Amino acid sequence: MLHLGHVRCMFSRRVVVPLNSGLGTASHEVSDQLDMSQPIYSDRPDTPLPDRPWKDVLDATDKSLKQKEKGPWSALSKEEKIALYRLKFNHTYPEMKRPSQEWKTVIGGMFFVFGFTGLVVFWQGLYVYPPQPPTFGEDWQAKQVQRMLDMRINPIEGFSAKWDYEKKQWK
Amino acid sequence: MSYSKMSLAKPVMRGLLGKRLRFHLPIAFALSLMAAAAFKFGVTEPRKRAYADFYKNYDATKEFNNMREAGIFESVRPTGK
Repeated sequence: MLHLGHVRCMFSRRVVVPLNSGLGTASHEVSDQLDMSQPIYSDRPDTPLPDRPWKDVLDATDKSLKQKEKGPWSALSKEEKIALYRLKFNHTYPEMKRPSQEWKTVIGGMFFVFGFTGLVVFWQGLYVYPPQPPTFGEDWQAKQVQRMLDMRINPIEGFSAKWDYEKKQWK
Repeated sequence: MSYSKMSLAKPVMRGLLGKRLRFHLPIAFALSLMAAAAFKFGVTEPRKRAYADFYKNYDATKEFNNMREAGIFESVRPTGK
């Protein structure tokens, strides 16, 4: 799935890219939607050479620069080389990889969902759960422990091993 | 600016797996042996000792009678019932 630019809004998931994202403005865009049958430019770290250069429509100065590019590159000045780079590419790699603040939204959303889930769970405990079985009661649990000791459950390393049968108390 | 001949050293192309194995296999064996030894001396030996100690002075009849008096059996009720 081609990543068509940074659509920062959390709730927008449409494939169609609006014009003001800057992606199609340098090409022959007349409609609101990107023509997916033409080569597309993309700033992607894993695609160093996109299908088409950033600037397709060259004015006179750009065209003359492109002519000069056909000669020996040692004749180009530093500014001209940078201009040629910017004709071909939109962002540099550091610009592409610039950090965003998205993680704050992600973590914040996570905590919000945790909180909401906590409320849901609390409400469930009040209104959804059936009454507790009698086996949960204090008396029942005490009688259960006594019966387990009487039966010598795990007398070597486990449950009954921790009970002192002479002194009738936990070791 | 003219570009003189600049080149990097040719990267290592062969023997990569062998190098990795020569480094990692002794470590893997050592760690595995240590884990096995730790389990043997931390778990199995104490457990064998615990069982031996338990059964050294174990009186099965006495235990049975204690359990019977506690009333957990259905085939024999406590004495006096």
